[in-house]
Amino acid sequence: MSIFRNRREFLALTGAAAGGIALTACGGPGATDEAAGGGEPRRGGRFRALFTGGGEQETIDPHAESLAIDMARTKALFDRLVELDATMAPVPRLAAKWESNADATVWRFTLREALFHDGKPLAPEDVLFTFARILDPKATTHFAQGLLSVIDLKKSRAAGGNVVEVALKRPTAEFPALLGTLGTAVVSSRYADPARPAGTGAFRLKTFQAGRSFVAERFDDHWDGGAYVDELHVLAADADARGNALRAGEAEFGYEMTPTFARTVQADRSVRVLAAKGSTAHAIVMKCDQEPFDDPDVTLAFKLLADREKLVQVVLAGQGVVGNDMFGKGYQYYPEDVPQRTRDVEEARALLKKAGVLNRTLSLYTSSVANGFVEAATLFAEQAADAGLRVKVTTGSSETYFKDQLTKGVMGSHRSGAMTIPNYLNDRLLSTSAFNASAWRRKDFDAAFATARSTTDEAERTRLYGRLQRTVHDEGGLLVWGHPDWLNAVSSRVRGMDAAPPNTLHSARFDKVWLA
Amino acid sequence: MRGYAFQRLALGAAQLALLAVLVFALTALLPGDAADVRNNEDATDAQVAALREQLGLDRPAVERFTDWAAGLPTGDFGTSLVSGGPVRDILADTVGTTLVLGAVTLAVVLPVAVLLGVASGLREGGRLDRTVTSVTLALNAVPDFVLALLLVAGLSLKLGLLPATWVGVEAGDLLAEPALLVLPVTVVAARVVCLLSRQVRAGVVSVLGAGYVVQARRLGVPRRTLLLRHVLPNAAVPGIQELARVGDNLVGGVLIVEAVFAVPGVATALVRAVEARDVPTVQGLALVVAVAALLFSLAADLLCHRLVPRTEVLR
Repeated sequence: MSIFRNRREFLALTGAAAGGIALTACGGPGATDEAAGGGEPRRGGRFRALFTGGGEQETIDPHAESLAIDMARTKALFDRLVELDATMAPVPRLAAKWESNADATVWRFTLREALFHDGKPLAPEDVLFTFARILDPKATTHFAQGLLSVIDLKKSRAAGGNVVEVALKRPTAEFPALLGTLGTAVVSSRYADPARPAGTGAFRLKTFQAGRSFVAERFDDHWDGGAYVDELHVLAADADARGNALRAGEAEFGYEMTPTFARTVQADRSVRVLAAKGSTAHAIVMKCDQEPFDDPDVTLAFKLLADREKLVQVVLAGQGVVGNDMFGKGYQYYPEDVPQRTRDVEEARALLKKAGVLNRTLSLYTSSVANGFVEAATLFAEQAADAGLRVKVTTGSSETYFKDQLTKGVMGSHRSGAMTIPNYLNDRLLSTSAFNASAWRRKDFDAAFATARSTTDEAERTRLYGRLQRTVHDEGGLLVWGHPDWLNAVSSRVRGMDAAPPNTLHSARFDKVWLA
Repeated sequence: MRGYAFQRLALGAAQLALLAVLVFALTALLPGDAADVRNNEDATDAQVAALREQLGLDRPAVERFTDWAAGLPTGDFGTSLVSGGPVRDILADTVGTTLVLGAVTLAVVLPVAVLLGVASGLREGGRLDRTVTSVTLALNAVPDFVLALLLVAGLSLKLGLLPATWVGVEAGDLLAEPALLVLPVTVVAARVVCLLSRQVRAGVVSVLGAGYVVQARRLGVPRRTLLLRHVLPNAAVPGIQELARVGDNLVGGVLIVEAVFAVPGVATALVRAVEARDVPTVQGLALVVAVAALLFSLAADLLCHRLVPRTEVLR
């Protein structure tokens, strides 16, 4: 029932993780089907996919999408220039390839041959129109407006043939990855009415009613070979209803299933759970601009107090992996060589004693906006008590939690996932970030980030991002204690679909599925 | 009786006006507004402010309320802050579904409750009475959502007899596929039947013991006439009054049923609108529910009057 809760989770999570299996799905039908039970792909049938709904909030405007259900629908109707793979690295879609100038301020994208649903071929003008539409200052709900504000529209142009040249206001080595995020699908320059989507997607819209129904049919001229199923339905149902519908054969796919459901259907042959390992991130944040967390020794002490295994066992029902106080485990640029932080109450107590903050009461602001927030906060409060600290947990409103958290409590609950590591750093850890949950504001960090972002050499850039992450790991206010698995489920007839983290190419992707 | 009806309707209109003000005020008390909720957490303050202005949320609350109220007489329920379309469309989409669910439930509840109540009341203390009493008591103690999950697990998932959800169902499919209605109606009806049948039973028992019935029986009035002419109408009154009173059980049941069976109805829409701080939609839905409750209770009272004109319903 609580869609907005879900939407928040989803926005907070733009991310992905491990799950190399997810990649097999793009190796063509053969590779996919082995994983799912074999057989030659077959055309036909109706595929019903279920997501948490958003009522009137739902949209098929690809630039205003914000819910998972919106993204599944726009993914069927539209394509992006670039998508992200399971490690959050950019992979080609409508852009067959790309290159930049030496300082990453001008990017040339070579477009594929693709047709829009109205028969018009994809051209550079469509891409430029798309950017202009996203950046339209009057469009207050266009999600990617902030991310893509780096584009200098006036200097961008069609560079002959099928090449589009995008000029940027500042060097951005990650620009292709930005195009793989929420709200960036390419629309036709004839696109005007969201009710009549003009995209290049594998499905063409039949009917859509916000909060009610969505039916699309296969688009036979899709550049990527098109879909197998005749008809795609993307529908809304709460978590319990999704599970029941799947088990009763009333749906073929359920997005975001619960750990409870996964356990319940272990012996059920009619349903298969697709678990993307450790796909999202759960954290307790400490506000570094407030006493006592303005002292890195204190944040370190708190990080040492967390019993991560227990948090994962209890809060995530064991379906996840422990975190190491950095965002983005398993993603491109994640420094895997940083030793795992473990519990050390003695050391924590010593640090707290040195800083003179033993026997304090600190307030932790949380809410039920995301599954596990309140449980994790409560459990962590118990763990902190082992060092003589009192953590007072306050539960606030779900709908406005992410705004309120910035001003309430010296500690808070934080959840994040499907976005690239550079995006996370940009959106959450810069002095200027609107949603800086840990109030981490350091000029030297901002400058180091700017350097990393404009470094075109990938190895060097990886090293620089790794160093930024390490700084956060050592001194920052993020206590990333766990990475829950991302659970989807399919009925046993479904082939061509594997575990995939949210917001990646293979997440809720229906053009390669077929029914046995 | 007509005067009474008019009086009640006038009172109802006043109640509705009060309700509209209350709902508006309460929604305003919730933390955050539609602009806060609708924007993502990366939105800049400027974006939120622009959206707030675009939605007209920067205008004084009183002005927004009077604007909305001014549209009501012309059937204009205002504009949704979320979809940007008329609230009337949202009402049209959701009210029909819930009405079908409610009407079918009522059509099941009434005969079943009356039959059970009368049958057990006529043989007070008999085996049937004891069985009905214990079953209804037990069933009444089972929360709606538990009953829903048990029924789905058993009848849909295990035996495959009935649909487990309304996933993918179009509004027009409902009457074509009555099987869809069985489980949701059973869940909503179960508790109401329990409450009602016990009232009817109590009514029958008390009427049977009343002096005039005992006297009529003594005078040799045939049992069937006595039952149909005197016992039933009098016994039905507390039942119907109870029915008007258990409206909240019906609404609560529908809310749970809509969630469990993925029914796109009024309750789901109302919860979503509150979460989205979509004030015009919340108010539109609240008014529709209130009008329905009002008419329902008026109809119940008028029916009671018709059955037993001498009772004090006219007050």
